[in-house]
Amino acid sequence: MAATLLTGNVAAAWGARLARVDYIPAFPITPQTEIIETLGGWLDGGDMEGRMVTLESEHSMLTAAGAAAATGVRVFSATSSQGLLHAMEMIYTVAGWRAPFVLVNVSRGLSAPITLEADHNDVLAARDSGFLQIHCADCQEVVDGILMAYRLAEDPTVRLPVMVNLDGFYLSFTREPVNLPDPAAASEFLPPFDPGMIRFAASAPASQAVAVLGGSPYSYFRYETHLAAQRAVTVYSGIAAEFRARFGRDRGVVEAYRCDDAEVVFYMIGSFATKAREAVDRLRDAGHRVGLLRPRLLRPYPADIIADALQGVQGVAVIDQNLSMGQGGVLHTELCAALYGRPQAPVVLASFIGGLGGREIAPEEFYQMAAVTREAVATGRTPPPRLLYTEDELREIRKLQSIALVERDETSPIRERQQHTGGRDEA
Amino acid sequence: MYRIRIHGRGGQGIKMASRVLGTALFRSGFTVQDAPKYGAERRGAPIFSTVRAAREAAEGATIKERGVIHRPDLVVIADDTLLAVPAAGTLQGITAATVVLVNSRETAATWRHRLNLAATLLILPATEEARDRAELPHIGATCAGAAACLLGVIEPAALQAAIEEELAPLGKEVVATNSDSALAAFDAMAAHRGLVTEGTAVSATDYIPPSWVELPVDDASVAAPDIRAIANSVQVRTGLWRTLRPVIDYDLCGKCWWVCSSLCPDSAIAVEQDIPVIDYDHCKGCMICVGVCPPHAIGSVPEYLAQQQEQQAKSPGEHDGRDPADR
Repeated sequence: MAATLLTGNVAAAWGARLARVDYIPAFPITPQTEIIETLGGWLDGGDMEGRMVTLESEHSMLTAAGAAAATGVRVFSATSSQGLLHAMEMIYTVAGWRAPFVLVNVSRGLSAPITLEADHNDVLAARDSGFLQIHCADCQEVVDGILMAYRLAEDPTVRLPVMVNLDGFYLSFTREPVNLPDPAAASEFLPPFDPGMIRFAASAPASQAVAVLGGSPYSYFRYETHLAAQRAVTVYSGIAAEFRARFGRDRGVVEAYRCDDAEVVFYMIGSFATKAREAVDRLRDAGHRVGLLRPRLLRPYPADIIADALQGVQGVAVIDQNLSMGQGGVLHTELCAALYGRPQAPVVLASFIGGLGGREIAPEEFYQMAAVTREAVATGRTPPPRLLYTEDELREIRKLQSIALVERDETSPIRERQQHTGGRDEA
Repeated sequence: MYRIRIHGRGGQGIKMASRVLGTALFRSGFTVQDAPKYGAERRGAPIFSTVRAAREAAEGATIKERGVIHRPDLVVIADDTLLAVPAAGTLQGITAATVVLVNSRETAATWRHRLNLAATLLILPATEEARDRAELPHIGATCAGAAACLLGVIEPAALQAAIEEELAPLGKEVVATNSDSALAAFDAMAAHRGLVTEGTAVSATDYIPPSWVELPVDDASVAAPDIRAIANSVQVRTGLWRTLRPVIDYDLCGKCWWVCSSLCPDSAIAVEQDIPVIDYDHCKGCMICVGVCPPHAIGSVPEYLAQQQEQQAKSPGEHDGRDPADR
C-alpha cells in the first residue's frame, strides 16, 4: 500500500480501526482528542464497527475499559497528561485485574505550571502500575505499535493492559508518510481476541470480583503481575519478529541506531529520538563514532537487551524528557540500576534533562552532549546532571519575572498590609 | 531539504496552509513532514505551522528533524501585525539565505527599512476590500499558493489537487474559492518562481555550542510559578487581538446601558454617566455588542482602517511620504 500523510493521532485511530476494536470508552483532552474524533467519525459513517461511549471522566473511562476487557471484548481508549493522572487509581486497579486492552497516551507535560506540549512525566507516572509501555518515535510506529500492543496484551501468558505512548504535537499533530497495513494483513497478524476464560454473556450471567486479601496472598498476586510483565520481554520479541516477517519493519524491543562500533551513545525515548538519529548522522559525517539506543518497550524494562546493546560503548548521554523531583532523570536512574555490576558496562552515564514541556532540543545541543560525554570518557569523570537551558532562556525568564515582580510590588495587597502595619503582619 | 515556517493568527487557516503545501509537495515526489504549533486554541492568537520537504532519493523515506524550524528557507507571514509581537517569533532564525513573504498593505521597502533584515523580503499584497483581516479571503490558501510558486518545485496542478484533497470535506464551493485564491497567488509570484533554495543541516564539525547555564536556586517567592497580584489582567492588552472594531454611534445609542455592557464577555464596556464606553485596550473584537444593541447603534470597522483614521486624526495633513513608524 502506498504511503499517506497522517498525523500521529490519525495513525492511532487507524491502529484501533485495523485492530477491529469492539468498545471505545472516551473522554477528550488536548492533544489526544483528534483520536476519538476520528474514531467517532468512522463509527458514525459506518466505516468501522464497534461502540463508543463518552464517559464523564477519565477515571470512569478507565473503569469502563477495564470492566469491558474483563468480559472478553477488544477495548481501546486514549488519554493524555492530567487525564491519565485523573485515572491513576483505576490504572493500577485494572492492571491488577489483569484486564487486557490498549490505552494510547499522548504525552503532555503535567501541571503546574500548565503546558500543552510533550514530556514524559505523565506516562512515567504510570510506570509502576502493571500497564506495559510501548514508546513510539514516529507516526508509523504508532499504527504498528497498537497492533503489536494487542498481541502482547492478549497473549495468555501476559494478559496485561498495554499503554502505547506518542508525544503531543511532535507526533500527535505532525503529519508524516505512513504505510497503513492492509486490513486483511492486519487481521492475519492480529486475529480476533480469544479471551479464554474471561467471557461474559448476558444469557449466562456470572459474578466477577476481586476479594479483599491480606499481605501474604496480596504478595502472591502482585508478584505474579510482575512476573507476567517480565515475561512480556520475550513475548514482545516474538511478536516483533513476526511483525518484521509480515510487514518488513523492525519493531524490536530496542532501536539501536548505528550503535555497532559506537563510542558514545544517546539513550532516550519518544519522538525527539528521531532528532537524535539526525544528530548521529551529522556526528558520523564529522568523524565521531556515535549511536542512538532507544527502548521501544519500557515496561517491562528490557535490562539485558539494553546491556547487550551497550557492550563496548564507553559513554552514554542519557536524555531524560522527564524529571523526578529531588532525584533527577528517570531513564538515567533506571539505566544505572540496570548496568550496575555488569562487566563491560559503559564507564560514563551522563545525565541530561531536556525537552521538558516540549522545550526544543537543538542540533547543536545534541552535538554538545556527545562532546561532553566524549570528554567525560577521556577524563574518566562523569559530569554532574545538566539541564538543557541556555543563557538566552534565563534572560527571557528574568524579563518575565521582572515584569511580574514590579507588578507585585505595585499592586500586592500583602505589601499594602505590611506597609500599613510597619512590616509586621497582623496575624 | 526545504524548511518552511508559516505564521498567522488562529482562524486564518495557517494549519490548512501547511497541509496544502505539504500535500502539494508530497504529490510532487517529496518526503514531507508538516505540523501546526499553537498554545491555547484561541481565535486571533499567534500560531505557526511548519513544512519540511526532502527529495526522497537524497533523503530516504522519512524526515528525522522534527519540531521548530531553527533556520527557515522560507517564512510566510500571513498577518503583518505579528511582526510587532515578539512572542510570535516570526523573525526567528532568519538569515541572508531566507526568503520572507509578508502579507501586507505596506511596501517591501517599508518592511525592509523597519526590520533591517538581511533576508530577501517580498510582499503578498493584502486585498484592499477585505473588511475583516481574519476573514481575508482564504488567506491560508493564498499563502500556500504563493509559497508553492516561490519554491518552484510544485506545478499548479499539484497545488490544485492538494487543495481538493485537503478541503473536499468542506464542499465544492470552498474548494473552488480556495483553489482560485491559491492559483491567483501562485501567478502573482511568477516573477520570483523558484527563488527559495534548500538549506542544509547544521554541521557537527563547525557549530556554535549552546550557551548552557546552571540554574541558580531561587527563593520560592520568585521561583514558584504563581502570580500574586491584583488586577494584573488589565495589563495584558488583549485589544491587540482585534481585527474588527465595534464603534458606538452616540446619536443612535438609546443609553439603555446594560445590554452591551452586561453581555460583553470581557467586561470591556463600562457605563460612565449612563453612556457606554468601549475600552479598546481590552476589547477583543468579538462583535457580540454589535449583534445585541437594540437600536443598532454599534457598527463595525476593520481595525486597520480605524487605526489609519486615528493616525490621520492625530497628524492631519502630514503626508510627507515617510513611514508612519518613523514619526
